[in-house]
Amino acid sequence: MTSNAIIRTDPGEPIIEVVDLGRDFVLSEGPFLRRTRRTVTAVRDLTFTVRPGEIVGCLGPNGAGKSSTMKMLTGILTPTSGRARVAGMEPARQRTRLAREIGVVFGQRTTLWWDLPLRDSLALTRHLYRVPGRAHAERLAELTELLELGPFLDTPVRQLSLGQRMRGDITAALLHAPRLLVLDEPTIGLDVVSKSTIRDFLLRTNSERGTTILITTHDLGDVERLCERVMVIDHGRLVFDGALPRLRAAVPTPRMLVVDLASASGEIEVTGARTVRVEGPRQWLELRDNPARVIAEVTREHEVVDLTLREPDIEAVVSSLYRGADPVEEAGSR
Amino acid sequence: MADTHRRIVPGDEPGEGDGGARLAVTKLLRPFLDYRRLAWLWVRAAAQYPLSLALMSLAVTTGVLTQVGAVVIVFGHAGTLAGFTVYEGLLVFALASSAFGIADMFAGSVERLGHHVRTGSFDAMLIRPVSPLVQVAADEFSPRRLGKVVPALVVLGIALVNVDVEWSYLKMALLALTMLSGVLICSAIWVISACVQFFVAGAREAANSLTYGGQALTEYPIAIYGEEIVRSVTYVVPLAFVSWQPALLVLDRPDPLGMPEYLRHTGPAVAVLLCACAALVWRTGLRHYRSTGS
Ligand SMILES: Nc1ncnc2c1ncn2[C@@H]1O[C@H](COP(=O)(O)OP(=O)(O)OP(=O)(O)O)[C@@H](O)[C@H]1O
Ligand SMILES: [Mg+2]
Repeated sequence: MTSNAIIRTDPGEPIIEVVDLGRDFVLSEGPFLRRTRRTVTAVRDLTFTVRPGEIVGCLGPNGAGKSSTMKMLTGILTPTSGRARVAGMEPARQRTRLAREIGVVFGQRTTLWWDLPLRDSLALTRHLYRVPGRAHAERLAELTELLELGPFLDTPVRQLSLGQRMRGDITAALLHAPRLLVLDEPTIGLDVVSKSTIRDFLLRTNSERGTTILITTHDLGDVERLCERVMVIDHGRLVFDGALPRLRAAVPTPRMLVVDLASASGEIEVTGARTVRVEGPRQWLELRDNPARVIAEVTREHEVVDLTLREPDIEAVVSSLYRGADPVEEAGSR
Repeated sequence: MADTHRRIVPGDEPGEGDGGARLAVTKLLRPFLDYRRLAWLWVRAAAQYPLSLALMSLAVTTGVLTQVGAVVIVFGHAGTLAGFTVYEGLLVFALASSAFGIADMFAGSVERLGHHVRTGSFDAMLIRPVSPLVQVAADEFSPRRLGKVVPALVVLGIALVNVDVEWSYLKMALLALTMLSGVLICSAIWVISACVQFFVAGAREAANSLTYGGQALTEYPIAIYGEEIVRSVTYVVPLAFVSWQPALLVLDRPDPLGMPEYLRHTGPAVAVLLCACAALVWRTGLRHYRSTGS
């Protein structure tokens, strides 16, 4: 995607700087007296930087440590090792001051007040962040239009649909014009239209205001639409950090040739490709070799009605990356 | 690009060149202003159901009045208890009740800390530029708690008028100060016991037995409980400074158990010390806060 071409005039100093960041959880298990303690490492030796104006996507399987990382960056969790600097501050120690510089959205839960109409929740946010009235009114009007909040501004938050609530949450996170927006699964459970509204909005916020965006997601559509840069975390480790095209190149995932034959037949056998699936007259061939050669051979030997060549989708790339990462031994129990 | 990061809030903070003193004062007041803002919100929410609010307040008031009745009966029956007359007994009761009532009104919600931790709403509090302690304390602030404070203060007034005491301005000021200390002591104990919930899930019951049990203990002249208990609530969990020592101060009476007399003047110091402890425990709890897995 090129629509998010950001004018990055001054890379400036990094807005996020993370060195060897790690977080352990000590779990107590079992009945009261025979309780055993086990250490689980959620994040280990994470090192990366994010420059102002970037949109960085954070991918990884369930339990990889993405949320734990976001919580350390926002000061909710104290790291057990390493250090983080966000907007020039140490998150856990300067949490309250940092809160004014960043906006945070947790897709799984709301930061709004459950029983209040959305409008009141937003007004309260304004007071807590001490945004002057006029600036607030302007910003709210703008966000109301862009995120189409109008119809439910006066509805109590608990009555909002998931998509409406999420838009409300994003608004609350942006009213104080933060430099950095941290989103943890903001599109989880949303329909196509809501997703696209939110994605467009995020792109716009990034390009117009230069807001840095760090987003974790399981939705690769988010990544393809939004992020120039992707970080893949697996078992608490950073297994890939780079541009999206590089991610594709990093993991050799074969292209797929889909062949429609005139009639059902046995598996096609050609050199340079392997048939991986047969469904009546349609067969899927995983390419190992120059596609032109394979196609020529297939059409010579068989009666072909139709042919399509498929690029590996990002989903396949990422899942092979997860599988490729060496499994991490659970930290010793005692 | 240069101006994209400009905060949209010129003149938001009292300007840097605004004089350090004013800045310091604003900073100091900030938690209270935030508290007021959040509490007001809940008051407005509660006001939407006036009947329910009135009924709940009435229930609370009835509870207090029942306890007052119990005190009157106990003392009236025995004539005096541990050397305390009915009005003196009511004084102890009212000092305890009003201190606990006021503390409960302003800080009682901290006992719901575990709930916030479990549901993840504590995470949301941590990402706001407001002390999470203020947010937890102000959560679900309810005017119905006045249903306890007001009758307690009325009983206190009645008791003060009827006890045999020579009043001076100094004594009144001392009384006000000890009462404030009592409120702070109760709130601090509340916060400390709530912090257990940072470490142990479902510790609310344990915390409640300390706070509410402590309240029951202070409602009578503690001399009646015997020396061990008096010592522990003086030196360990300093509940004696909520009602017992202030009562001795007002009544100008030597300690029946022969504890040092200067103790009755140390309430404010104890309160400050305990608040410092509470702040420390809270900070430690925050540092060990582990959020939830999802
Ligand atoms: N509060 C906690 N107490 C104990 N263990 C935790 C806690 N929070 C996270 N963990 C553990 O840390 C690991 C990483 O969890 P985390 O929530 O960061 O994963 P995630 O990448 O966000 O996963 P998902 O995609 O499912 O949201 C998991 O093994 C989880 O069980
Ligand atoms: Mg997560």
